[in-house]
Amino acid sequence: MASPVVHLPEAQLRPLLASYDAAVRSRRFHSLLVMACIVAAIGLSSVSAEVDLAKFFGNLGNFTSYIWRLFHLDNGAWVWADPVEWYWGAARWLRLLGETLLMAYVGTALGAIGAFFLAFLAAANVAPRPWLRLLVRRFCELCRTVPQLVFALMFVIAFGLGPLAGVLAMAIHTLGALGKLFAEVVENIDMKPVEGVSATGAHWTAAMRYGALPQTLSNFVSYSLLRFEINVREAAVMGFVGAGGIGMDLIEAIRKFYYSDVSAILLMIVVTVAVIDTLTSMARHRLIGMEERH
Amino acid sequence: MAGRMKVDTAAIRSRHPHYFGPPARDRQVLMLAGAAAVILLVAAMAELGFFGAKLIGGIDKLGDIAVLMMPPSPGDWAHVRLYLLSLMETIAISFLGTLLAAVIALPIALLAARNVTVQRVLRFFTRRSLDIIRSVDILIWALIWINVVGLGPFAGVLAIMTSDIGNFGKLFSEAIEAVDRKPREGIVASGGGAVLGIRFGILPEVFPVLASQVLYFFESNTRSATIIGIVGAGGIGLHLAEAIRTLELQQVSFIILLILVAVAAIDVVSNQLRFALIGRRARLA
Repeated sequence: MASPVVHLPEAQLRPLLASYDAAVRSRRFHSLLVMACIVAAIGLSSVSAEVDLAKFFGNLGNFTSYIWRLFHLDNGAWVWADPVEWYWGAARWLRLLGETLLMAYVGTALGAIGAFFLAFLAAANVAPRPWLRLLVRRFCELCRTVPQLVFALMFVIAFGLGPLAGVLAMAIHTLGALGKLFAEVVENIDMKPVEGVSATGAHWTAAMRYGALPQTLSNFVSYSLLRFEINVREAAVMGFVGAGGIGMDLIEAIRKFYYSDVSAILLMIVVTVAVIDTLTSMARHRLIGMEERH
Repeated sequence: MAGRMKVDTAAIRSRHPHYFGPPARDRQVLMLAGAAAVILLVAAMAELGFFGAKLIGGIDKLGDIAVLMMPPSPGDWAHVRLYLLSLMETIAISFLGTLLAAVIALPIALLAARNVTVQRVLRFFTRRSLDIIRSVDILIWALIWINVVGLGPFAGVLAIMTSDIGNFGKLFSEAIEAVDRKPREGIVASGGGAVLGIRFGILPEVFPVLASQVLYFFESNTRSATIIGIVGAGGIGLHLAEAIRTLELQQVSFIILLILVAVAAIDVVSNQLRFALIGRRARLA
């Protein structure tokens, strides 16, 4: 039986093979060039970032022993052997954890309320004034590009140590981040209801209230819940710069080598974050479900 | 003809009782939840000290600070050099941290992907570990690594690496789970082993997606790298925190401006690279 594969004559095959080889060679050359660039960048950055592999592998034992010590009490027993001793500061930590959650909540809520009003001014399809739109966009950009902790550091100077500085820093960052997302939501709405309301002679605010808002609200809430999740994590480290929350006790425990306290607080944070993640994702799915039923 | 139409309200009411009756249960629940949220907000604000002299006084001081920050100025040329060097250090930290994380996260992601790792227990533990790594903030990782390799940018590299292993592990495994399984089946059917199936059946398909995620994180890590200096893990954050604490406010605004410009530049470059890798249209996906 003849083979189904067609064999071209040698003369016809040679130029095809040559061009194939050339194509492969040029791709190889291209990849090599990219690799060389990456290797050069790695070399340069390693010098700049003071990478010291000898130190890393020499001290890697410190990392494992650090983790090991995290889970041992001062008397050498495993932490879970004596939960009461491990969580000796439970009352204080729970209060601080509650404060952290409140900070995340207030920061998210204030930021979301601000972003809610800015979004309609910043969305290209409904913005009342072009110059105002540009101004609001730049403002939101500034708010979200400057890191939250930098705001917190400056607010600590102005408002003193404590959660107030942290909440305001978080609110400003949330305002910037949500302002952008909300504006994008508004830009994606169906314009017909808005036109319908405007056609009846309604003012801009009424057109927004009855034409745009009903289409956007569930997305707004969904994004705010996502942001709340992020802010819970962020609130936990606000205390590092003195801006309230459980971070204050955490950084003290880390700096003073109270190992079992570090693991106790970290565990509380990890569990809280996991619970909040689950709850908010449940709420978001409910919300999406409600949206689809209408 | 243009006269007003007589509206028979009663008839409409009887035809559409839904619109005239009391609000539906859904709506009542929503309103109750909204009211609860507002009450909680006000109570929380009171608890956190919003309704006191502290807020008014603080806003007053904040105005002073804003005035003192203008115009941005580095002080002298020695400072400009210092800041530019530490800005480069920041970018180096972010670059190395992201790259290391990507290299380490790839095999972990294979372990966490449903279509590669059949072993359910192994997959479960891989995923939970990634979750735990992700829920610890980058600053905490920085503090832990400082204990291992000492103060300095190397601790920052390791912190970004650790926290991104968690992020990449999750994102990569999702990308791997979304691949078409036919190329891999073809390779296995023609006698290739599991490793060859992954190398030629999965990696070529996911590589552009992974690379674009890495580039995206490179940009966001540059932002993170600016703040890990606050706890002593290298980069420009060290100088920023120092300038804020010593109230050198014009330098503060100069450094912030420098960071904004650097982040914007990296944003542009990484977007260009991403488009080159995955094509402009994939941005919408």
